[in-house]
Amino acid sequence: MASLEETLSRARRASVGEAAAQGAARFVKAAEKENLVDVVFARVDSPFGELLIASTPKGVVQLSLAGYDQNETLEGLASKVSPRMFESAKRLDPVRKQLDEYFAGKRLSFDVPLDWQLSHGFALRVLKATARIPYGKVSTYREMAEKAGNVRATRAAGNALGGNAIPIIVPCHRVLRTGGGFGGYGGGVAMKEALLRMEGAVL
Amino acid sequence: MPRARSKSVRLPPFQAFLDDHREEVYRFLAGFTVAHEVDDAFQETFLSALRAYPELRNGTNLRSWVMTIAYRKAMDSHRSRSRRAVPTDDLPEQPSRAWNAEDHALWDLVRALPDKQRAAVVQRYAVGLPYKEIGAILECSEEAARQNVREGLKKLKGMMT
Repeated sequence: MASLEETLSRARRASVGEAAAQGAARFVKAAEKENLVDVVFARVDSPFGELLIASTPKGVVQLSLAGYDQNETLEGLASKVSPRMFESAKRLDPVRKQLDEYFAGKRLSFDVPLDWQLSHGFALRVLKATARIPYGKVSTYREMAEKAGNVRATRAAGNALGGNAIPIIVPCHRVLRTGGGFGGYGGGVAMKEALLRMEGAVL
Repeated sequence: MPRARSKSVRLPPFQAFLDDHREEVYRFLAGFTVAHEVDDAFQETFLSALRAYPELRNGTNLRSWVMTIAYRKAMDSHRSRSRRAVPTDDLPEQPSRAWNAEDHALWDLVRALPDKQRAAVVQRYAVGLPYKEIGAILECSEEAARQNVREGLKKLKGMMT
């Protein structure tokens, strides 16, 4: 006959996975109702690998391209925005849908609210100017520096674009080197070139 | 939106914290409280954790932290149940059969133990926590945690004979 301790220990093998998952789903609903969800995120497939999108109640706050460490991105958001973060494919479905359409060549501009809180000052002005470059057009670091109010700060403009938290939606791939070179891209220069070709930009 | 926190505290996204600990919390509550209170206590535990989360000063032992909250929430629901003074034979105990059906009679006896002994026995056997951590959750020493488990087992044996 099993000892008392052995019998009690059997409880550790009792399956609670499903019940705990249901409880967690119910809890997340209650958290949303009480406005305790500050960030939602989702992983979405794209022709350029898996993207990570994060949104606050204000709008999309970050889009992380394939090749970046997703855990690092999420921990960064937890400390810079809020650790009250939940994964929800459903909540980010409208953004995912627009990205799908864009990658299929069927969408020329994004219609999603943005949360700019990860960018400040000159960098923010550069990125807002970048957001206005139309589909199929390209610009230069120099021109973006000028639009942001300092024509001489070409390098700073390049840095601002390199730190773009919302690539693709804020189309930093449309900004090229002043002399005509591609310049860098967080997702790799090949991706930058592929996006520009898809958009039909004159290269 | 919460205030910016000190850079030294690195907290995982709440989703990761929830995924890591939801089963342990559920195990504790299923063993500690009556079946129809488990789901509410579970939700209250994580809501309370979520409210306090951005202000956490120390992110190193999140399991003990959430288990402490679960213990407190389970005690609260237990107390409010006593206040309501519902006759016990009216309580639907059926769902507890689902969690650990084969040993339900024994776990019904566990739920009759004094609070600290009951918590220590559940944490030790249903969750599988080390004594040191049980002590941290019950705000006592590791030795006192061990003692609570021993006393609990002794009482259980007494109840069974």
